[in-house]
Amino acid sequence: MQMQTVASSLDQTVQKGNLDDYLPGAGDFFELLKPRVMSLVIFTAIIGMVMAPGQIHPVIAFTAILCIAVGAGAAGCLNMWYESDLDARMVRTAGRPIPSGRIDRQTALHFGVALATASVLVMGLMVNYVSAALLLMTILFYVVVYTVWLKRRTSLNIVIGGAAGAFPPMVAWAAVTGGVSLESIVLFGIIFMWTPPHFWSLSLFACKDYKAAGIPMLPVVSGEAETRKQILIYTLFMVPVTVLPWALGFAGAVYGMTAGIGGVIFISLSLSLFINKNIITAKRTFFYSIFYLFALFAVMGGEVVIGRMI
Amino acid sequence: MPLHEEHKKRAGRNYALAGILLAMVLLFFVVTLVKLNVI
Repeated sequence: MQMQTVASSLDQTVQKGNLDDYLPGAGDFFELLKPRVMSLVIFTAIIGMVMAPGQIHPVIAFTAILCIAVGAGAAGCLNMWYESDLDARMVRTAGRPIPSGRIDRQTALHFGVALATASVLVMGLMVNYVSAALLLMTILFYVVVYTVWLKRRTSLNIVIGGAAGAFPPMVAWAAVTGGVSLESIVLFGIIFMWTPPHFWSLSLFACKDYKAAGIPMLPVVSGEAETRKQILIYTLFMVPVTVLPWALGFAGAVYGMTAGIGGVIFISLSLSLFINKNIITAKRTFFYSIFYLFALFAVMGGEVVIGRMI
Repeated sequence: MPLHEEHKKRAGRNYALAGILLAMVLLFFVVTLVKLNVI
């Protein structure tokens, strides 16, 4: 079944022509940037920018978001370059441009390095040096710490590596204020604490794939029961962090209520997953976690925008 | 891959690259104006 799916995704590529003389198009390069991850990065960065105190010219704001998006895309591209062997072994990722043979590894490496360098340079020259330094740190953290160092070595890969995905609102905050503050660290903390339960619930129903690729995700190394327990523990620690923006006074009551109610639902789903031990609850927890993070940031940003308009 | 198809694809890629470069030039120009407080 797995081989059939891999073969079918490769067939789609072969139908375009012989892979040896296949000429990669703009779409293939765009796919290297992990557009879905990029969209979440852009969203959280925009909210970070909206939340930050102070003024920023719309053109500079656009440039900063563009740099964050391109930097995130470059990190995704370098991740695909390094992990092309793992990607080829997993059904979910076998159709990506490198394992399917549409783009060779060398080209992907050059493309990723060029985009990473350009995004950091433009951010430094046109926005400010602090945000450029944070963007560089984000890219290096994702590529070096998460992809190269942790992912193949420890089941804690997603716990520590999750920091890379939590940096964008902090980078955007620094683009406006020129520095780092407690509020931006709290925004970082929300995504950082959200990442483990989100990815572990995914890994519960993608366990076979991770096992086949030899990636030491928590369910592969410690078993599904331990993973469900850790999801519950991390969710219990995450919810108080999500309430902090309201408790510290930089988000309003609507956000406080959203975080409270949303958090209770997340905890009950995690508890249900801990007790019921079925795949459907794992999928439900995974999809709810996406909606939950989106809702938190949308309400947080929405409150600020409406408050400024009134 | 037939030659005309390859040309078509290569042209598409070149147009995309030209568009990106043009957009970058425009962005750099506008940011410069913002930094100089012209707009």
